[in-house]
Amino acid sequence: MDQIILQILNGLDKGSAYALIALGLTLIFGTLGVVNFAHGALFMLGAFCAVTLNRILSLSHTVIDETKKDFLGNPLKVEVPYVQGWFGESTGQAIIDWSVPLAILFTIPVMIAIGVIMERGLIKHFYKRPHADQILVTFGLAIVLQEIVKYYFGANQIPMNAPQAFFGSFDFGAMIGMEPGAIIYPYWRIIYFCFAAVLVGGVLAFLQFTTFGMVVRAGMADRETVGLLGINIDRRFTIMFGIAAAVAGLAGVMYTPINPPNYHMGMDFLVISFVVVVVGGMGSLPGAILAGLLLGILESFASMRQIIELLPGINQVVIYLAAIVILLTRPRGLMGRKGVMED
Amino acid sequence: MLGLNKKDTSLLVAVALLVALAPIILNPFPEGSALAQFNAGYPDLMQRFVIFGIFAVGFNILFGLTGYLSFGHAAFLGAGSYAGVWMLKLLTINVIPAILISTVVAGLFSILIGYISLRRSGIYFSILTLAFAQMSFALAASVLTPITGGETGLQTALDDPRILDGANTTGNIPAPSLFGMEMSDSLQVNVAGWLWTFNVGYYLAGVILLIAFYVAIRIFRSPFGLMLRAIKSNQQRLTYTGLNTRPYMLACFVISGMYAGLAGGLMVAMDPLAGAERMQWTASGEVVLMTILGGIGTLIGPVLGAGLIKYFENIFSKINSNLLHEWFAFLPDGLEDFVVAIIYPFIGKGWHLTLGLMFMAVIIFLPGGLVELGQKIARKMSGKSDDKQTKSTE
Repeated sequence: MDQIILQILNGLDKGSAYALIALGLTLIFGTLGVVNFAHGALFMLGAFCAVTLNRILSLSHTVIDETKKDFLGNPLKVEVPYVQGWFGESTGQAIIDWSVPLAILFTIPVMIAIGVIMERGLIKHFYKRPHADQILVTFGLAIVLQEIVKYYFGANQIPMNAPQAFFGSFDFGAMIGMEPGAIIYPYWRIIYFCFAAVLVGGVLAFLQFTTFGMVVRAGMADRETVGLLGINIDRRFTIMFGIAAAVAGLAGVMYTPINPPNYHMGMDFLVISFVVVVVGGMGSLPGAILAGLLLGILESFASMRQIIELLPGINQVVIYLAAIVILLTRPRGLMGRKGVMED
Repeated sequence: MLGLNKKDTSLLVAVALLVALAPIILNPFPEGSALAQFNAGYPDLMQRFVIFGIFAVGFNILFGLTGYLSFGHAAFLGAGSYAGVWMLKLLTINVIPAILISTVVAGLFSILIGYISLRRSGIYFSILTLAFAQMSFALAASVLTPITGGETGLQTALDDPRILDGANTTGNIPAPSLFGMEMSDSLQVNVAGWLWTFNVGYYLAGVILLIAFYVAIRIFRSPFGLMLRAIKSNQQRLTYTGLNTRPYMLACFVISGMYAGLAGGLMVAMDPLAGAERMQWTASGEVVLMTILGGIGTLIGPVLGAGLIKYFENIFSKINSNLLHEWFAFLPDGLEDFVVAIIYPFIGKGWHLTLGLMFMAVIIFLPGGLVELGQKIARKMSGKSDDKQTKSTE
């Protein structure tokens, strides 16, 4: 029992990353009808937004500390971050410590801007071209973005820390009335899951309960008619692209303490996210979220020692296997809508 | 000649000449001169040109003719490589059985994957092939280690059985050979400073490329090829006329997979080592890049694309910042640093950036790739009006 709960929890955090990326992909596909292979790169850019903010906050200047001496007897030189100088020592340190959550604020405008520029500058010209061309041009864009990041940040992983307050693990088993010590789970991962849930809920609520969202949903159903009613649907879709980019970026920001960012993390996630989208059903938002979580959980169950002993290597292939089975038995995916890319 | 019309014959002859004279053409700079590092006429690189040319030609038969974008073609290359190495280990060090068996194994593998993947089309087909390739990669790197050598890769060893040759336990590991001629043997000719290397392995691969190219031309011009084009332009209509397109698609997929296996077999014939990373989806992406860059749906395009990318990968990536400073030394100091700083991100280790930009530019402005560029330039040069020319090229 405790094993099962632990594996479900393990699956949830990875699954919520899949779900967030797949949500963005589906938003873009549902609104603009574009298959965006650069979405993984947006996830990666988000992660590097967090890295950038951390570096900016840690910018420091050298101060000579007269009270201490180094081993030669000279006054000790200390690197003091500027924020500590501005806000006092403890506040400054707290700001640096909390740089990952702070990066959320920094990432949203940056990623929306990137998304809008991408849509207006490049994707716009590909609406009328075949899907293969869209895949290829966004694939090229992903390579370019990846290489730019590699040039500025290097090819190595960059470790990032969650705030001190969330270090360590907590005893989940004890909380739900099981014996203590059975299920130990890191704080940050549960926070990641909650964050993802809030983000997904926010996006869905935005689409469901605002006028803007209503127009966008109408546009997804029948773009032409909405356009004929005198609504500038293109502009709204552009904004949706920006939001999708921001969702991917935020997924990346919060994932940095779990998995140190490197320049090709986007590609690694992209392949699986596409599988997720297809399994969930092209164009279905709830399908993408459901499939993301399910595949994440499936993957973590397949990584259990007992199962690997039974079927060696299953943890590596289970997602693809599930995708193949679902694609062949349920052509529309789990919750695909009728008439959306059925061939 | 050989059942080809005049235009195709001249294309084949041109390719044959290029392949035969490549060691000379690709070495335009005398040995020891400052530009000698741009010479591509060394055996290792020329072999790669040819092998990836075969791979891309095969991929183009699938993508160019039918429009089915496979994102998992490297799986067949990998499967062919493994089969080839096992032949070299178990049967004989002669490369002929290795190349044959790798083609056959890749063909069988592609029947399996094709049969399942071709039940869907469009983006779903791409995802299915991608999923299969990633699965093969993951399995080859982990569970199948006894067969594939895992992450270290599979290679020939001194005490392999080699049934036909007889195992030897002393001396060096035998190199792959063709009836006694080792693949790495080459004849070096030095003509007034130019060093030309004529390599056995390269010419073997070159001959096979010509055969593969000839077969591709025949497929393009055959009724079968016409059927594949019909699938690309409107599969639904074809189905409505009562034709079952699945067998045609499967045949095409298998042919394409066999080309990939052939390329894999040649790769291990040149260097008897096969690793799982050959199956990774980035490798599949590379062949897509080659085909698109050269010109999708054209005969010569994929070969050009493969050559271009491999040239960039091997030559461009070697340029470092010291070399750049040397080249721009004639500029005033500040300007020199500035120019180097601008160019540096695009070359050397950053050549992938150039590749990505080039690829995007091709897709946006030149959907027909380099071949279309060539046609456009030729049209401008001849000064004829565009309409007339487009009619005649179609």
